[in-house]
Amino acid sequence: MKALHNILDSIRPHFEEGGKLSKLWVVYDSLETFAFTPGHTNKNGVHVRDGVDLKRTMFLVILALVPALLFGTWNQGHQYLLSIGDISLADPWNHMIWDKLLIGAWKVLPLVVVSYGVGLGIEFLFAGMRNHSINEGFLVSGMLIPLIMPIDVPLWMVAVAVAFAVIIAKEVFGGTGMNILNVALTARAFLFFAYPKQLSGEIWIHEVATSKADGLLVDGYTGATALGHLASTVGKPMMDADVTTVMGMFQPGGMFSFSNAFLGLIPGSIGETSALAILIGAALLIWTGIGSWKVMSSFLAGGLVMAFLFNLMGMNAYMTLPPIHQVVMGGFMFGMVFMATDPVSASQTERGKWIYGFLGGFLSIMIRVFNPAYPEGVMMAILFMNVMAPLIDHYVIQGNVSKREKRATLAAELRATA
Amino acid sequence: MSRTIRIRKGANIRLKGRPSSSIVDAPKAAVYAVQPPDFTGVIPKLRVKEGDAVKAGSPLFFSKDNPSVLFTSPTSGVVKSVVRGEKRKILAVLIEANQRGEAESFATLDPKTADRTAILGAMLNSGLFAFVQQRPFAIAADPADHPRSIHISGFNSAPLAPEMSVVLEGRMADFQTGIYALGHLAGMQGVHIGVRSGDRLFADIKGAELTQFEGPHPTGNVGVQIHHAAPLNKGETLWTMHAEDVANLGVLLSQGSYQPTRVVGAGGSEHPKPQHMRTLVGSALSTLVAGHSDTENTRYISGDPLTGTDAGAAGYLGSLHHQVCLLPEGNQPKFLLTDGWLSPGLNKFSLSRSYPTWLMPKSKEFTMDTNSNGEERAFVVTGQYEPVFPFDIYPVQLIKSIMANDIDGMEKLGIYEVAPEDFALCEYACTSKIAVQKVVRDGLDMLKKELG
Repeated sequence: MKALHNILDSIRPHFEEGGKLSKLWVVYDSLETFAFTPGHTNKNGVHVRDGVDLKRTMFLVILALVPALLFGTWNQGHQYLLSIGDISLADPWNHMIWDKLLIGAWKVLPLVVVSYGVGLGIEFLFAGMRNHSINEGFLVSGMLIPLIMPIDVPLWMVAVAVAFAVIIAKEVFGGTGMNILNVALTARAFLFFAYPKQLSGEIWIHEVATSKADGLLVDGYTGATALGHLASTVGKPMMDADVTTVMGMFQPGGMFSFSNAFLGLIPGSIGETSALAILIGAALLIWTGIGSWKVMSSFLAGGLVMAFLFNLMGMNAYMTLPPIHQVVMGGFMFGMVFMATDPVSASQTERGKWIYGFLGGFLSIMIRVFNPAYPEGVMMAILFMNVMAPLIDHYVIQGNVSKREKRATLAAELRATA
Repeated sequence: MSRTIRIRKGANIRLKGRPSSSIVDAPKAAVYAVQPPDFTGVIPKLRVKEGDAVKAGSPLFFSKDNPSVLFTSPTSGVVKSVVRGEKRKILAVLIEANQRGEAESFATLDPKTADRTAILGAMLNSGLFAFVQQRPFAIAADPADHPRSIHISGFNSAPLAPEMSVVLEGRMADFQTGIYALGHLAGMQGVHIGVRSGDRLFADIKGAELTQFEGPHPTGNVGVQIHHAAPLNKGETLWTMHAEDVANLGVLLSQGSYQPTRVVGAGGSEHPKPQHMRTLVGSALSTLVAGHSDTENTRYISGDPLTGTDAGAAGYLGSLHHQVCLLPEGNQPKFLLTDGWLSPGLNKFSLSRSYPTWLMPKSKEFTMDTNSNGEERAFVVTGQYEPVFPFDIYPVQLIKSIMANDIDGMEKLGIYEVAPEDFALCEYACTSKIAVQKVVRDGLDMLKKELG
């Protein structure tokens, strides 16, 4: 690898101050440090340092996303074939895995490319302006964004959303490590509020509108997600025929049965459907210590508790769904494992993480059920908790501060009496 | 007997090249150095010039703020030169030793009957007071202070550290004398020794309160022991001293001469013969490396690998240091797949579990070079400092308040109790490669200046 490094060294002067390409220094620097950890040595302070760096940390998060990405890609093809009746619910495995992957990849890959292209482009621009080196943060955000998009979202919308999120949620605050809101969720929220029309309805299954126009769509298919169906039951009596039809889909054997929802064989955002794939990622994050198990477990607990309380209330059909079924639907799992755990926007104190996670999960289910206008409560809940996290930390730290003050006062009194 | 405090937070950095428990006399150095930057917070004023003859215990310079605090020569000889850096800052006073062992003679004192003034006077005149540090601020102590208590750590936990039982071998009587003397200097709360749980080394010591500690590094740091045994509050001052210097104090009082002995742990993966070596403060490092010669690719560290200074092959043993470590320099770029960030990393020690080495047996030791293993970044990963920081203090928040120059914040968050060395493991573990110890030092300096 000496040869490669020599090549990099030989072209280096062009990019340095005064060179022809000095404006592209950031690009050169990021590529060089990508390939070679620089020979920087520790000067003052510690002489040896841990082997881990931000590149490896971010890479491991991306690795944890791979199961959800692969499954999601496959599932989009699967949902498409289901919607046009090429396969049936009764026999869902009857098709080549490659067909489904190809159909999915046809839509997913462009999303990934647009997300990374736009996001990294802006990052390079800002890094160049600020004379910083590129931070690795967007490598994860850029993968998260396509995974929380509906399959048929127009690419230009994704581009606009990424640009908005990177600039407004991150760069104006000072870049990676300084943001208050989770970048990927900001992109999603932007789309949700800026293009509500385009983002509701028939974009959850590939080409559902075209299929319908061509008369290919299987009866009963609306292209709505599980949460969309459930939201439609709110406000209607529990014995209403529509409601019982919808709730029937959540029974064993139905389209949104627990096993289908857990495995992820349901329509939804690309990466969010399979609780199983997400939990594999979670295992990697917890195993390597990169994702906070405290946030994940308290988030899950919060969601289960809220869903259980709804069970007790039982005021409408939505509330009667078992807690364990609630948490495997929609973006709950994905938000819990990959969004709530974002260390920059989450609580930073260990005690705060418990509170932050619990409230996040609690609010996710609450918003989902109480406000059918926002079927995806997870996004709102996590963004809200992002804003509240500094406040939680403040009170946690204040507890520590006042403990110390009390100790000092006591000691001063003792000194005075002695 | 004494109470036992169990500390769970922390980590042992498993470096290769731990000194064996054997001990040898190091060859006598030709040149010794006393380096003012070793004594944090001291502005030196010279008392000697080039060519002056000195004996062991002759003053070389004194502290501008406390002229009574003298810094003395470790041996007899001639002042070879005064090394200066930028703005003529004095970096070192070099002594060419004559190997005749001449020493200034000081009055002997019986620490049981002598009073505070006499003991303090003896320490100041001989130069031994220079080895007393204070908290808050982790700087050289001020003899005018009346410290609430004096704390001594009875064991080392730093990587490659010398064994205290070897360091104090045959010196327990001197140590006892030193403890009696310190008893006159300490205030209401007396003298404290932090002992490793189960260690009988200090069992017979009188005149000090023993507390047993159990746990990984940094449990041996005196700051950690203070925090758990008798925490420092705002408005209080305490002193700390290394156990070996307490024994040297005993020698001073009983024999009337200044003998700044050091038993150093000489180790590191590049050290040809890791072992304990008996020498004097300020010796040339070349006498402690058993003939190691690849000076280009090796880092010579005076002190431990987490807090020491890069002394260079031509450097000297720092006055407050008890270790010499030779580590490979990591100045070569690392290709991502073979030994960079994407490598399997079977030889990379990490506290983060992002390399598989955490699954290996706890007895496995690693060769670590001085590469920073990544570039500096903004704070991203959280929950990394807390597991290696055994204080009831929020480390990240404290660091951030220092970075933001928030004096009020640092006070509230407990900066009075800490020294940079207490953050060494945080710096080691930091994914973002932030120079945590330097930040803490800056914070302490800032606070000191603010309070006047």
